[in-house]
Amino acid sequence: MSIRLQNIGKHFDAGRQRTQALEPVNLDIHDGELIGLLGPSGSGKTTLLRIIAGLESADPDSGARILFGDRDVTQVHVRDRRIGFVFQHYALFRHMTVFDNVAFGLTVLPRKQRPTTGEIRARVHRLLEMVQLEPLANRYPAQLSGGQQQRVSLARALALRPDVLLLDEPFGALDAKVRQDLRRWLRHLHDELGFTSIFVTHDQEEALELSDRVAVMSNGRIEQIDTPDAVYKAPANRFVFEFLGDVNHLEGEVRDGVLTCGEARLSASLPDGPEELLLRPHEVRLAPAPTPEARLPVTVTAISPVGAEVRVELAADWLGEPWLATVRHADYERLDLTRGQRLFVIPRRWHRFNAETTQRRQAMTA
Amino acid sequence: MSIRALPFAIGRAPKRVLPGFGLSLGVSLLFVSLVLLLPMTGLFGQLAGLSLAEYWAIISDGRVVASYTVTIGAAAVAALVNAAFGLLLAWVLVRYEFPGKRLLDALMDLPFALPTAVAGITLATLYSSNGWMGRLLEPLGLQVAYTWVGIALAMAFTSIPFVVRTVQPVLEDLPVEVDEAALTLGASDGSAFRRVILPHLWPALVTGTGLAFVRSLGEFGAIIFIAGNMPYETEITALMIFVRLQEYDYAGASAIASVVLFVSLALLLAINIWQGRFIKRLHGGRG
Repeated sequence: MSIRLQNIGKHFDAGRQRTQALEPVNLDIHDGELIGLLGPSGSGKTTLLRIIAGLESADPDSGARILFGDRDVTQVHVRDRRIGFVFQHYALFRHMTVFDNVAFGLTVLPRKQRPTTGEIRARVHRLLEMVQLEPLANRYPAQLSGGQQQRVSLARALALRPDVLLLDEPFGALDAKVRQDLRRWLRHLHDELGFTSIFVTHDQEEALELSDRVAVMSNGRIEQIDTPDAVYKAPANRFVFEFLGDVNHLEGEVRDGVLTCGEARLSASLPDGPEELLLRPHEVRLAPAPTPEARLPVTVTAISPVGAEVRVELAADWLGEPWLATVRHADYERLDLTRGQRLFVIPRRWHRFNAETTQRRQAMTA
Repeated sequence: MSIRALPFAIGRAPKRVLPGFGLSLGVSLLFVSLVLLLPMTGLFGQLAGLSLAEYWAIISDGRVVASYTVTIGAAAVAALVNAAFGLLLAWVLVRYEFPGKRLLDALMDLPFALPTAVAGITLATLYSSNGWMGRLLEPLGLQVAYTWVGIALAMAFTSIPFVVRTVQPVLEDLPVEVDEAALTLGASDGSAFRRVILPHLWPALVTGTGLAFVRSLGEFGAIIFIAGNMPYETEITALMIFVRLQEYDYAGASAIASVVLFVSLALLLAINIWQGRFIKRLHGGRG
């Protein structure tokens, strides 16, 4: 079911202070899409999700409308919206067994629509099979691990075959390994069952890996909404760029096509004046000698050889914050990196955002 | 001799990491003995002077039995009323924000802090036929003062904090999300309350109501002024004990007191055992 949000705004009154939690937001979500709402805490992503669910209401004055398909649900109570909601801390009914938790939605249906006990039993067992928890049907939530509890909570939300599945930081309370597994598993489930889902996360990796489209939010605004690939490769503004990954900053003065910052020099065909360039850790190369275009001397302060790439932390007098570079294991061995070693950074590319226009330009150096 | 030679005497853990077990348990036991057990032993000491037949005669005396009925009946009504309104008060105090919330919260403890006799006198003047409330209720045919209704009212006043203060922390512990989860699953407000919230509060509510009931059984000061104390009709058991004491009949007083004591103790013990089972299930036991 497609979802259309029009002018969804929200403010909170705390005493005399009026805080705008959500600037009026417009968003179109296609049928069967998996959308990630990504942003730092306080960016309004959970508020938006709760408004879609009907757990909170949007400011009425702004002409807010929420449409599920052709159905206007703006004034519809949460219990009649036909949504499934998964909470960060599971919110399972602790006094009920896993089976009863999953069956809850079916057993509170009005008598006429309620399936028979046998049907409920069969349906709950199918759901538990789907989340691979059938053997634990008679356990209580307190006897399950976090990942298992979240799967129960998902099965519970899916029991009524909702049109829309909403997940509020669903994997936020789980440890890294479990999070990875559940993420993949949710993606499969989504593709298999074909419901429309929206999930909230503050984890860039999770949003980029899981979503069909990512909506990056900050300060109650949607900064950009696009496919993970587009958001990462062509960020709309500096906030999106910085939020989506590690960033190295290079601040300096440009004169005659050369950016200078202390003893560091970098050729850059930019107009004269102060300038700030941004570099991703994988967009820099380490070399024992400078090139004619770039002379950026640094010292290695830390090396973490875990994973597909080696993460190297770099410091220098001309740097405010230490830089991070990721190098291939082959390069790591070739350069024979050790802590305290003095090297030169050669940028492969850099990014630049103009503060006023949020326009973005990119250049390649040798 | 090393400690290792005495593993059974010390307990299951031969070496405790947390300090002070011996000292704190010792002081606790001493305190319990002095404050709780010593007076109770005194009570049973008094009973020793009575033969079984005499004991039975005292506690099954017609006027005393009538006082049991009045006390238990009124205490039951008071406890049930408190269960309903105490739950409501706790709910309001936990779930909503409103001006004066702190004040209402503090007011809940007033019955604990106020001398019960003060409460009794106030209630008696308020509900007597020419008091503020009595004047309003009398034409409606509702007599509160000097009837069992007045007794129940005084009991409810003194025991309401038990329900509020036992339910409140449990409710605070229950995340709002659980409630919201029930609503997203299509539950009506009624079924969400009945099937999700009430089962969580049930042990606390039963404990609170039980405590309120037991407290009401022994209440004296608040009731005595509003009860009217008519034999066979509005005499409470605590008054019967007091009357015996005034006649210097210590053994008789102790006999009646022992009945109240046993009933209270049995009830508290039953609640404790039942609650232990329920809580074990919430926290992952298989009970």
